[in-house]
Amino acid sequence: MNLTLKVWRQKHKEDQGLMVTYEAKDINSHMSFLEMLDVVNEDLIKKGEEPIAFDHDCREGICGACSLMINGVPHGSEKGITACQLHMRHFKDGDVIYIEPWRARAFPVIKDLIVDRSAFDRIIQSGGFVSATTGGVPDANAIPIAKPDSDSAMDAAACIGCGACVAACPNASAMLFVGAKVSQLALLPQGKIEREQRVLNMVRTMDEENFGNCTNHFECEAACPKEISVQYIAQMNREYLRAAAKQ
Amino acid sequence: MTCVQKPSSIVKKAVMGLTGLVLFGFIVGHLIGNLLIYAGPEALNGYALTLRHLGELLWVARIVLLAAVGAHILTAMSLVRENRRARPTPYQFQDTIQTTYAARTMAVSGLVVLAYIIYHLLHFTFRVTNPHLSHLTDANGHHDVYRMVVFSFQNPWICASYIFALTLLCMHLNHGLASAAQSLGANNQKWEPRFKKAGCIISLIIYLGYISIPIAIYTGIIKAVPGGHL
Ligand code: HEM
Ligand code: FES
Repeated sequence: MNLTLKVWRQKHKEDQGLMVTYEAKDINSHMSFLEMLDVVNEDLIKKGEEPIAFDHDCREGICGACSLMINGVPHGSEKGITACQLHMRHFKDGDVIYIEPWRARAFPVIKDLIVDRSAFDRIIQSGGFVSATTGGVPDANAIPIAKPDSDSAMDAAACIGCGACVAACPNASAMLFVGAKVSQLALLPQGKIEREQRVLNMVRTMDEENFGNCTNHFECEAACPKEISVQYIAQMNREYLRAAAKQ
Repeated sequence: MTCVQKPSSIVKKAVMGLTGLVLFGFIVGHLIGNLLIYAGPEALNGYALTLRHLGELLWVARIVLLAAVGAHILTAMSLVRENRRARPTPYQFQDTIQTTYAARTMAVSGLVVLAYIIYHLLHFTFRVTNPHLSHLTDANGHHDVYRMVVFSFQNPWICASYIFALTLLCMHLNHGLASAAQSLGANNQKWEPRFKKAGCIISLIIYLGYISIPIAIYTGIIKAVPGGHL
């Protein structure tokens, strides 16, 4: 099939950037969205033009590197997948596809479709971990955890940190990302010890990084490739309000 | 320690939810009082008199409401400003997946409601906009709220603007009620759809309750008392 792509091109951080139109010819419908871009890039390289820069790594939906806004929806409009898992068969011959980078003050564009997501790393560094002295691996099931808690923690842990929640949110809020991590750790006995300081620190870093505030549109949940529920935002709110009240 | 500094995003959200619920409480109480119009002039005017005789309690309620409105608006302004700044470059192709019209227009619906509340107070509380309708007295020599309301809503413009403002208020509440549960951390996966549905049903009931009054007056179902035409 043949497609028309409207792609955001930006040489570097300070560059103004603009949308450029490309024709993607003879695209196989079994290709993934990223493979389609590879084909377009090969063509550009042959023509001596600068290929389109985009983030990718695992290409199987587990690393969270790919980060494309496809026709206004992070990772495209198929539910529960990343851009690398999106197949071209979901498009029709002759379609016009807009491809843009994540847009948020906290995620500045580095080049073309690649944004700097290190704000997420700084949020995690401020509390998204469990402090433990090293030693032997503890026995499995040495600490009993209720099934509903472990299930809920697993669902929150599915987050791959891609930033689709921020990209989808009309306010560029990171509350689903932070909520998932805060909830995951607060649900488990190992994480409960630092739960108060963790939520206070992570929320403070989130605010300092200039993410917006949640206004309950729930676009994040709908865009999340791991379909993480907004209940984790409510859980983070609970965690935070309790911790703040104690201080 | 975090609370002493600039309030965090989550504290601001909690303030929105809490003050929103206080205002919601007023909206419900006010509706119940207003519906007394169906019980006739004695009931409504008697209720108005009781309110006036509350004395200090009335002032406590007024101050709480005023503080809630003030905090609600100031926090909303701060949130809206931060949210605008959080995405300086808009998408060229804009689309949404599951948000609602009500959710996207909270600031506008809130501002229109605020403007209407000011007009509403000038009309019925300070009685400056329609003085010839609002300084009547009943048979007992007390302020005749009943006739004030009936004569006012016989005017199509007053009726229409009231219904318009209430449409926006109830849209605001439709998103606001479910939001408050989320912001205050009362939500979970099981309750999320229930809160959403409850918010929708409650705001619809409130809407119908409020607008039934101007409609009943305008269509002549509720009439001014005998001898009561201007
Ligand atoms: C009687 C009047 C009002 C009632 C009952 C009311 C109720 C509510 C409720 C329950 C919420 C949800 C809070 C949350 O997200 O947890 C809310 C949000 C909001 N209200 Fe109001 N409100 C009223 C008036 C206003 C006014 C006058 C403004 C004007 C500026 C306003 C602006 C907003 C905004 C912008 C939000 C969204 C904030 C956010 O989600 O972060 N509201 N309101
Ligand atoms: S490239 Fe790893 S999730 Fe898409």
